[in-house]
Amino acid sequence: MVDSVETDLDRALMLDGNALAGLLQEIFTVEMTASPTECASCGREGALGTLLAFIQGPGMVLRCPSCEQVILRIVQTPEAILLDARGAVYLRLARAPA
Amino acid sequence: MQHSIDWQIATVTAIKPETPQVKTFTLALPAWVPHRAGQHYDLRLTAADGYQAQRSYSIASPPERTGEIDLTVERLPDGEVSSYLHDVLVIGDQVELRGPIGGYFVWEARLGGPVLLIAGGSGVVPLMAMIRHGAASRARVPMRLLYSSRTAEDVIYGRELAELQAAHADLEVFHTLTRAQPPGWAGYARRIDAPMLRDVAEPLGPAPQVFICGPTLLVEAAANNLVQIGIAPGQVRTERFGPSGGPA
Repeated sequence: MVDSVETDLDRALMLDGNALAGLLQEIFTVEMTASPTECASCGREGALGTLLAFIQGPGMVLRCPSCEQVILRIVQTPEAILLDARGAVYLRLARAPA
Repeated sequence: MQHSIDWQIATVTAIKPETPQVKTFTLALPAWVPHRAGQHYDLRLTAADGYQAQRSYSIASPPERTGEIDLTVERLPDGEVSSYLHDVLVIGDQVELRGPIGGYFVWEARLGGPVLLIAGGSGVVPLMAMIRHGAASRARVPMRLLYSSRTAEDVIYGRELAELQAAHADLEVFHTLTRAQPPGWAGYARRIDAPMLRDVAEPLGPAPQVFICGPTLLVEAAANNLVQIGIAPGQVRTERFGPSGGPA
């Protein structure tokens, strides 16, 4: 749980990783919201669907629900999708069952 | 299960008003695949000049219904997509859809229970897919829904929920009306709080699977209160939607 007193995040506009499910699947070609990731800042592990999502701006930001640091940033332009994943220790892409 | 999520052109086959601000759109899909209850579709509109707007809408129908899906959509003030769907779309029109999408906020009968569902407003939609799936699959999983609405008129699926509850001993539905209550109202009449959650959750035992969907602040409050009454955070899955609708 996050102490909202210590943050300037607009929690009323906050969504969760589920909101990016379509875009993440477009990028990685597999369902990602149930896949785990690790926060590079605090080490929390959890499904991408549990991350805090901020999508009102020109880019989309996923933050750690524990320490609130940025884990993923995604910007879409007409030519490309830009992905900054330096806040994630790893991402897991499930293989389709054989 | 993996499948491509290419855009496909769906045709509107029915439109049903649910409340003054909410309608259910039935869409026939040329490349329908079974979904998992709780998943959503992305819907894309393209204007004549090429401008595109995209939103995500939860599937309301159970996977047992083949070839078509129901999307239940709340008309948001200034919502460019939801107001188009409500005010312009008619039967026979086509929209672009891709899905089903999502794997985190899902429940399937084989996952068992007991299941505690907590909804605020149109957050009831993906939970309704779970309830309909539970009923259609004859899963016999104990399931309780706590559903917060502003007024009786704002309750989505009210009649169907009452009928399902009467027909299925495993399903119990609890309403709270936060803004106004009809005369003789016997349900809750306040925002979801810890005592209310304790009343509803306790008969399900210490470790129900919990799904919460609604506006962010309701989801936060419910999730925090559940931890307070002793339910492990790992048992709780949430899906938030924002006041602007956003692509969520």
